[in-house]
Formats: sequence, structure tokens, C-alpha cells
Amino acid sequence: MRLDMTLVLFLSFIAITLGITAWASRRSGSSASFFAANRQITAWQNGIAVAGDYMSAASFLGIAGLIAFFGYDGFMYSVGWLVAYLTVLLIVAEPLRNAGKYTMADVLAYRMNPRPVRAMASISTLTVSTFYMIAQMVGAGSLVALLLKGSHISYTVAVTGVGILMIVYVVFGGMLATTWVQIIKAILLIAGTILLSLLVMAHFHFSLPEFFRAIAQVSYHAPDGKLIVKDFMTPGLRFKPPYGPLELISLGMALIFGTAGLPHILVRFYTVPDARTARYSVVWAMVIIGSFYIMTTFLGFGAATIVGRDFIAKNGGTNMSAPLLAKVIAGDVFFAFISAIAFATILAVVAGLTISASTSFAHDVWTNVVHNGVERSPGEERLVARIAAFVVGAIAIAIAIVLGPTANVAFLVALAFAVAASANLPVIVFSIYWKRFNTSGAVCGLLFGLVASIVLILIGPSVMGIDAATVVGAARHPIQHAPIFPLENPGLLSIPIGFAGALLGTFLGARDPRAVERFEELEVRANTGLGSEKATAH
Amino acid sequence: MATPRTADANTGQGKSKWDRVQEMEEFRLLLLAKKEFVVPTTVFFVVYYFALPVLVGYAPEFMSRKVLGPVNLAYLFALSQFFVAWGIAWAYVSAARKFDKYGVHILETLKREGYDEKQDGKRGL
Repeated sequence: MRLDMTLVLFLSFIAITLGITAWASRRSGSSASFFAANRQITAWQNGIAVAGDYMSAASFLGIAGLIAFFGYDGFMYSVGWLVAYLTVLLIVAEPLRNAGKYTMADVLAYRMNPRPVRAMASISTLTVSTFYMIAQMVGAGSLVALLLKGSHISYTVAVTGVGILMIVYVVFGGMLATTWVQIIKAILLIAGTILLSLLVMAHFHFSLPEFFRAIAQVSYHAPDGKLIVKDFMTPGLRFKPPYGPLELISLGMALIFGTAGLPHILVRFYTVPDARTARYSVVWAMVIIGSFYIMTTFLGFGAATIVGRDFIAKNGGTNMSAPLLAKVIAGDVFFAFISAIAFATILAVVAGLTISASTSFAHDVWTNVVHNGVERSPGEERLVARIAAFVVGAIAIAIAIVLGPTANVAFLVALAFAVAASANLPVIVFSIYWKRFNTSGAVCGLLFGLVASIVLILIGPSVMGIDAATVVGAARHPIQHAPIFPLENPGLLSIPIGFAGALLGTFLGARDPRAVERFEELEVRANTGLGSEKATAH
Repeated sequence: MATPRTADANTGQGKSKWDRVQEMEEFRLLLLAKKEFVVPTTVFFVVYYFALPVLVGYAPEFMSRKVLGPVNLAYLFALSQFFVAWGIAWAYVSAARKFDKYGVHILETLKREGYDEKQDGKRGL
């Protein structure tokens, strides 16, 4: 029964989104429509789509699970996700919309020698997007296999299916289809979360004091069988000394400075007609994202109090907390609904990542780096983007299958945010606001931030560690050695390194009169919207 | 910021529109108004946000204090972050209405001087 129900919901989501893709494909006949949905998306539509692009399975399933297992410390993840949008709103969104065309690199390369800056910016974009995508796909594969247990849909089939769907959305429907997939997914996700929250509160007779009293005494069994009763509102269940506090700060830095450097979020602001609409779309996104993350209180603590750690651990582990809560509280049909939402969530996020990666390859690498900014034949850039989407998708499918369902991929998400915060953000900010900034500064900032993030992750506890002999296969640390860097999130160190690289490169490089002169131009564009890309009719 | 500049040789027709805007009093006021809002607000939300992980990380006992029935300070402070973020977003949108007015004014001045918007925005990047 529940299996059929989940499948039916999965398939209806796929049918609806493919219908949208078919509709969008007839409107993707120009570059502005393929890459930027003709810049005709409205504020509320883009706001919901930004929220849809942003609220990944890591949020919906991951944070609910972290709260269910670690209480308050899990909720700490929720807070930074909203506050991060203030950086987007106040510093990045409007200048980006005013000064750029299709990609993040448009703004970074504006004043500089375009080829080296675009090349580096594109490497950074592709790194962030593909690593984030692989993390999502491994998650999707294990989730689908788990949700459809007994249906003979294996991990490999699930990963391949998700991969093919995201390629189809992007290749045929471009930005317009991707946008509507995000919108539908975000509405489903919010609806599911509200419903689940109401059911949790109904369980506690709509009494917040009763709910919070239950949170104050959550019980579960330790591995040795001892019964433990803990106040789950107390900080420190996950982030323990000596490095816990630093880890919290480092995580916060990655979120606050990384979100405004995530290429798949930034490209969304090119889909609206002007900077003012971009501003209102961030506000819409903040309303939705904030409401969602506040409600993780009900999802996570609800799972901790009503379902319990013991039951979740036996039935699929942390990531199954939200679906299991749905099952325990409202039965199989609701479980199917929540599972389908989780699936839609992953599908929408990977589609957003695919389009930002392939746009960057086509527009930055192919047209601007390889061919000096000239599209040799009409539609070439779109064709290259479609091929790139196909290749990126195929690579992500292959890597996700090789890694397998048990691989620890959380560090790939940490890496994506670290690169966005350490490489992209310093260079975005300096490009828009610092007159003296030059080409060598931009290249060094991107390079230092990227390398620092990757190296610190590689020598950190996500990759290095000594496992007991009982830990087998992909769950083992790839390098059996005590970690050299103590934090899972490198932001605390890699973000200052990124900024230092940008400063160092600027002062060591030659003064760049053209970059200074073009700054005056960029400053006018960024602040007034003069000469910005306009919306186009179909 | 707005350094007065002489005729731009690149355009061949006197000053470029970028230079013209840089010279305008409204543009200077626009940049100033933005700076006066964005810089202190950014400092405030960054400090307010990082106070949370710092306090939770380094003063967990203090933050565990129950202040509202079964609800502790740590949760209330975390929850307050959401409302502070929304409040700042609202304040920014209000302040930005003023920025938009400067923008409209600048564009009107340019148009009066013969600038044609339709000929613009087609330049490739």
C-alpha cells in the first residue's frame, strides 16, 4: 500500500515537471530565455525558486535528523541558513543583477582582464556545483532505495534516474523549466512541513509548554544498552570541547559568507527584470526560508520526542527522521507524501546545480575564455550548455555510483560552502566595492580560497581519521591517519586565506588603470541599473 | 568616491554616461545613503549572529538557563535571530525606496541630456 502510494506520488511529480519542461522547451529559443528565463520571472516566483534551490535534502532530512539525535546543536544549523540571506540582500543581489548577464563571473571579470578571471571563476563554480551535486545524488540514491525498499529499485537505478531527469529538465527546458521545478518543489516542501508541524503540535494538544517539557526529557538507549534521559534543549550534545565551539563558529562563517557566493543561487537573480525585483525576491525567499527553518523545531524535536532516537537508528538512521515522524504520527499515506517531497527536493536542487554549472562552462569557459567573448554562430552558447549539462550529469551519476550509498558525503556539502565563502565571496565583494582591486587580486583570491578549502577538508576529520577494524567499506575514512586540521568546516581559516589572497594579489600585482577606470563604470551600473540587461519578450 | 573627471577620449563625444553619472550630486548622495545603511547594518547582523555560536560554544551553562518555563536562553536567542533577520530585511526594503528615488532621478537627468535607454543594455559582456 505505502509502496504504491509513494511510487504514484513520485511519478505524478515527474509527470508534472516533464510537462512543464515540454512547455518551457518551446520558449527556450534564445540565449536570454535558455539561460535567464527571458528575465521575466516575478519577485514572488523568483523568491520561491531561490528558496527551492536552497532548501536541499540536507536541510529537510539532514537537519531534522541532527535535531532528532543531538537536540539543540542540530537546531544551530537552522539559524545560519536564514541570516545568510542578509549578506545576499544587502551586499550582493542587486549589484549582481545590474552588472551581470548570465553568470557570477560576469561581475568578477567586468573590470579585469577577462580570460584569467573567468577561467578561475568557472573552475570555482564547477567545483562548488559538482561537489554539491554529487552529495545530493548519493543522498537521493540511498533515500530512494530506502523509501522504496522492496520495490527492486536499487541505489544505482535511483541515482541514474535522478541524473537523467535533471539532465532532461535542463537540456530541454533551460532556466524556465528549472525555475518552475524549484517553485513546485518549494511549495510542496513548505506544505509538507506545515502539515507535519501541525500534526506534531496536535500530538501535544497544541500546547507549546507541553511540547517543550517533552523536549526537556528525551530518552534513548546508549550503545551499551543503558537508558539515557537528556534535556534536548541543552547545547553541547554534538559540538563538544575542545573544538566544538570553534566548529560552530566555522560552520556559521561558511553559511553567512558562503550563501552569497553559491553560483546556483546567484544566477537566479538574472531571471528577474531588474534589481528592484531581485531585492523583493530575496525578501520573499527570506520569508519562506525563515519559516521553514523555524519549523525544523517541530520536525526535529518532534522526531526526538514522538519517534525517538532508538527507533530511527533501527529504521534507516538520522536522515529518515522526518519521513519516520510522518509515518508514526499519521500513517503510511503521509509517509508516502513526505517521501515524495524529499525526492522532489533533491531533484529540484540538482537541476539548479546542473544549469549553473553548464551555463558557467558555456558562457565563461567556451565563449569567453576559449573564443575571446565571441559566439561564433547563433545559438552556439546554448548548444554548448546543453552538451555540458549532459556531461556534468553523466559525470555526477558515475561518481555517485562509484562512491556508493554508504559513502560519507556530508563533507562535500561543507566543501561547497567553504569554496563559495572563501574563493567566491571575497572576490565578489572586492570587485563591486574596492576600486584598487585588480586582475591578479581576483585570480589570487579565487585560487587561495579554493585551494585552502580543498586542502583543509582533505587534512580534516572528514577525510582523515583512524577507524576501528569493525568499520568497513566506504564508511571508513579514506586516509587512516589522525586529522591534521581539527575542524570539519574549514571556513574559520579558509575564508581569511581567501581574503588575504585577494589583498596580496592586488598589492603585489601591477596597478591596473583599466580596472580602476572600469570601476567607475561598474559602480554606476551596479548602483543605478544603467545599461543593465533588460527583460525580453518571447 | 565620485572623482570629477574630464572628457573621456574613448567615446569621441565628450564624456561617457558613466562619467556623467559619477559627476552627479544625486549619485554621490545615493552611494552615501547606501553606505550609511549597509555598513552599520552588516556589522550589526554579523555581530548579533556570531554572538550565538560564541555564547553557545563558550558559555553553555549560561545559555542553558531556563528563562521562559521550560524554554532556555539558547533557544530563545536562536529564535530571535530569525526575527532580527526579518526585521533587518524590512528595514532595508524601506531604506531602498529612497535609493530607488535617487536612481530614477539620475536616469531622468540623463534622458533630459539626450541619453536613449533603448540603445543601451545590448552591449555583450
